[in-house]
Amino acid sequence: MRHHLILRVITKLLVGTIFLFALYVQFHGDYSPGGGFQAGVIMAVGFILYGIVFSLDKAQKVFPPWLVHKLVAFGVLLYGGTGIYSILMGYAYLDYTAIDPNHPSHGQHLGILIVELGVGITVTGVMVAVYYAFAARTPVLSDEDW
Amino acid sequence: MLIVTALSVVKTRSLFAIVALSGVFSLLSALLFITWDAVDVAFTEAAVGAGISTVLMLGTIALTSRTEKQSQRSNLLPLVAVILTGAVMVYGTLDMPKFGSPDTPVQTHVGPDYLKRIPDDIHVPNAVTAILASYRGYDTLGETAVVFAAGIGVLMLISGLRRRRMDDNADEDPSDKRDTT
Repeated sequence: MRHHLILRVITKLLVGTIFLFALYVQFHGDYSPGGGFQAGVIMAVGFILYGIVFSLDKAQKVFPPWLVHKLVAFGVLLYGGTGIYSILMGYAYLDYTAIDPNHPSHGQHLGILIVELGVGITVTGVMVAVYYAFAARTPVLSDEDW
Repeated sequence: MLIVTALSVVKTRSLFAIVALSGVFSLLSALLFITWDAVDVAFTEAAVGAGISTVLMLGTIALTSRTEKQSQRSNLLPLVAVILTGAVMVYGTLDMPKFGSPDTPVQTHVGPDYLKRIPDDIHVPNAVTAILASYRGYDTLGETAVVFAAGIGVLMLISGLRRRRMDDNADEDPSDKRDTT
């Protein structure tokens, strides 16, 4: 896509906005529609758009595959780890009161935030990893065939 | 409009157009969800259905071919199967309560209890998030695990990581296999 000047300029403008929107959806999920799943997908879309327009290599330089693969597991571990933490603190598994026993609602709030963050990280990782896996193979079609 | 889009997906032969149309289909159903006040679902549908799955399908087309193969077999059996399934599903909906009626199990079981407790328990304005992440935390953990497993599966199938590592192995000393497993 070396010749598509307009696409490249627009992409540069959009990618930042997309990331910002993803973070908004992620951390504002308890006040407005959205949450980890949606935010993760939007975040991944930012990377994928970058990868499509500016070649896969550049995207992988920004967000290397080994990091993506680690993040996929890290999200689930963060979610599960929150549950383990609440067990260690003497509460039921995934009972977020454990995070702040004096203010149960604060604990719940934080717990939801952490758990949703875990979901978001995993979803981002999986989506980007799947995209990398597809894009890393040599396409059969050349650009003119479309 | 949904039906028109679905029909044109069936009629079209160019896979590129089909992928674009399925994106349109997702966006339209997202609009439908919004008119039913299911904003979270609509959000997901727009992001996942119209956004990322379209991109992934385009990626798949780039790896395979652009046009659908002409089918040689007759269309009769699939048509009968589709009509039968559709009839069964319509029959299933006959028993369902009217849309939005207040005395359904959905509205009388745990739903009102959650809605009543959320302001005291959690202080989170978006009830959907509160239920998903807190009351139904196990389910969401399961969902995340499913996403995780699906991602791992796709990676193992098509990323070729394994083959590359095997090639590396062939070059290296065979006893040095610790970090490849």
